[in-house]
Amino acid sequence: MIDLGEHAQFIAAAYIGVFLGMIALVGWVVVESRRTRKRLAELGDKRG
Amino acid sequence: MTLDDAPKMRWWNRLAHPGQFVSWTTPLILPLTILTAALMALGLWFAFFNSPADYQMGDTVRIMYVHVPSAWLSQFVYGAMTVSALGTLVWRHPLADVAMKAAAPLGAVYTAMALFTGSMWGRPTWGTFWEWDGRMTSTLIMLFIYLGIIALWRAFDDQLRAARVVAIFTLVGAVNVPIIKFSVDWWSTLHQPASVFRADGPTMPGSILTPLFIMFFAFTFLSITLQLVAMHTEVRRRRVATLERKAVRGESA
Repeated sequence: MIDLGEHAQFIAAAYIGVFLGMIALVGWVVVESRRTRKRLAELGDKRG
Repeated sequence: MTLDDAPKMRWWNRLAHPGQFVSWTTPLILPLTILTAALMALGLWFAFFNSPADYQMGDTVRIMYVHVPSAWLSQFVYGAMTVSALGTLVWRHPLADVAMKAAAPLGAVYTAMALFTGSMWGRPTWGTFWEWDGRMTSTLIMLFIYLGIIALWRAFDDQLRAARVVAIFTLVGAVNVPIIKFSVDWWSTLHQPASVFRADGPTMPGSILTPLFIMFFAFTFLSITLQLVAMHTEVRRRRVATLERKAVRGESA
């Protein structure tokens, strides 16, 4: 890892914040998608 | 009229059919995911291992590689929602309100990310995490508009009625987008003026522009992928609602 200088904690915090936001977003989109597909299957819809 | 005589559906009409849209765009998800992951990995490598520190801001310039794409998506998603709002109100396109509903939570998260990374960049550069200046305040208002839109969608059981109300609210809120864009020109502000998309070209060297553009495309493709999956989910959610209504009618009959 390169030396990020005297403000390394701000740079690290920015990247960690963005990637936590992205993980939350991807997780939420995937979980909602699976939940809806499961409910459709329970209702007997064959289109998926 | 036989099946052969029937008029062929135009691509626009076929795209307007929610079921057709889901089957046409599902094969795009995997290639888009791979492309996004590759661009993200390349962008991070450039950001940390193959780009110089700025002569004024030092290493904090690396925050720009996540701040600018987040801020761009925050405004781009709102722009797309504004077009969808017109699609809902003017053309009554069946997918317009689906797109609008799927986009709002994404836009809210991008706006929150832009505010957070801007704050992390502001402290070492300006000496403060926050200042009530034009750019920052109008971006915070954008976050509240997104949250208001999400709350409005949830306030209605009838999603078609919700779509019309949300579309009007979205069009009113669109006035904030040019305010964000031009706030740095109109008012005295801590935030720097535009330095990438300018009539006279970017003011940054190529060594800093390269990681910025790679991250810009990585974030954009991530957003397109998430938007498609969220739209598929919304189409299926409406099918669930229809089937549940039919099931209730069947039970009561």
